[in-house]
Amino acid sequence: MTTTPTPETVAALLPEVAELIVAALNLEMSPGEIDADAPLFGDGLGLDSIDVLEISLVVSKRYGFQLRSDNEDNVRIFSSLRALTAHIASQRSQ
Amino acid sequence: MKHLPLISRHGLDDTLAWRHDGPVSVRRFLAEAAALAARLPDGDWLLNLCTDRYRFAVGFVAGLLAGKTSLQPASQSAETLARIDTAYPGCCCLRDGAFATGTLPCVDYPDLSAASPETVAEIPEIAAERVVAILFTSGSTGLPQAHCKTWGKLVANALAGASTLGLLETPMNIVGTVPAQHSFGFESTFLLALHGGCSFWAGKPFYPQDIVNALAALPRPRLLVTTPFHLSTLLAAELPLPPVDLLLSATAPLSAELAGRAEAACGAPVREIYGSTESGQLASRRTVDGARWHLLPGVDLSQDGDVIYAENGHVEGRIALGDRIERHADGSFTLLGRHSDLINIAGKRTSLAWLDHQIASIDGVVDAAFFLPDEADDTAITRLTAFVVAPTLSPTRLLAALRQRLDPIFLPRPLVMLESLPRNTTGKLPRQALQALYEGRRKND
Repeated sequence: MTTTPTPETVAALLPEVAELIVAALNLEMSPGEIDADAPLFGDGLGLDSIDVLEISLVVSKRYGFQLRSDNEDNVRIFSSLRALTAHIASQRSQ
Repeated sequence: MKHLPLISRHGLDDTLAWRHDGPVSVRRFLAEAAALAARLPDGDWLLNLCTDRYRFAVGFVAGLLAGKTSLQPASQSAETLARIDTAYPGCCCLRDGAFATGTLPCVDYPDLSAASPETVAEIPEIAAERVVAILFTSGSTGLPQAHCKTWGKLVANALAGASTLGLLETPMNIVGTVPAQHSFGFESTFLLALHGGCSFWAGKPFYPQDIVNALAALPRPRLLVTTPFHLSTLLAAELPLPPVDLLLSATAPLSAELAGRAEAACGAPVREIYGSTESGQLASRRTVDGARWHLLPGVDLSQDGDVIYAENGHVEGRIALGDRIERHADGSFTLLGRHSDLINIAGKRTSLAWLDHQIASIDGVVDAAFFLPDEADDTAITRLTAFVVAPTLSPTRLLAALRQRLDPIFLPRPLVMLESLPRNTTGKLPRQALQALYEGRRKND
């Protein structure tokens, strides 16, 4: 069931998703250091497609849904920590 | 001059590809390629950036029909594109997404649904000696190396691969997770469809759920062309898998453990291909049967000192291989490891010397060394570390400068700023010293 999460719901979930990313990718930073609105690719965190697959795996395990590229805009979902978190909040089944 | 058909083992009304809207016949494919050829600007070179496998295929054939050679670089970094613009004047790009092509002129993949398949009466023939593609490897000391592929050798490569995999008897429907531009995807998805009697799924599924959906969209028998990392992620997702009849992996060695799990999950054999961009595909094995590789038909190995060469069959010339190899009396061989400082991360190759050269070229870098830790297993991709002396640069600025030069997969993680590197009295940096630095940092975690 897809619902549009409130900004408050997204903000509350942000720290958890940040922690998930840092742990999954062994990043040399603390979760709080990730700027929620900075790009995850390129000039921000500098993630690549390998990272995206690794994140998708932990997201599917934790939140009980599969990421798909055919009906969603990957670029948008991974544009920032906040965008990824909003996507999780709207899709999660657990 | 000898000519070979563009497509063999398929009639005009056979299915060559599967899109979301259904099967595509050879006749429609050729009509769309001819329509696209008419829209490409003049010039000798085509940089085909399409991520969709069907659009890549139409673009490649359109380029062939328009007299162009396909350029297939190892990276699509800003620096690579600028280099292509200089070295291949008149090159144009074909793209099917929002991709910044810098100074290169670009054609956006058009809607070709108005093309008329009924006007296609025959399959075109292509001169066997014609160079139709140039694949690039990152050279060890700076410039990318170009490897010219003639049509005749590419067709022979496809036939040798199809024969080894049993596809000549049982053609399959292919789902590929690898890009069509890189040698493995080029040979084992696109060329297997053109000359191995197979057909392919148009997309390049990325997430596990995408792979499952693509497989389910195709009739059996199904062939999944993938990499150890994609395979490992697919199995870890624990999704119900549609029946698969064969799996093919390349770009990095697959462990017998992962191959065994994949065979159990799919109920199908897992085969690996060994090859390189320079040589094309050379050998195959069923991973669970042991470490030995078996040469593709027509290919020979020879030895000169420490170096093993591949030649004959579909191999262009005599190619020195980057791996240390032990040959066996029955013609099979075992891989012993890489020569020198060549590295391979998620199927992308480079050398530590080239990476060191790139980072040292950045203003403000006093000294720097890349380091690749020993791999733990094949379920995770081992990342590079860089040790850098650059007192005036922040890590952020240094990473931004590296991003202009390197494929993202080679960006260091972590990037370690130091006051000096542990060079010995002769100025060398022994691997043990870097290993000690690396382990010292891990202990502090």
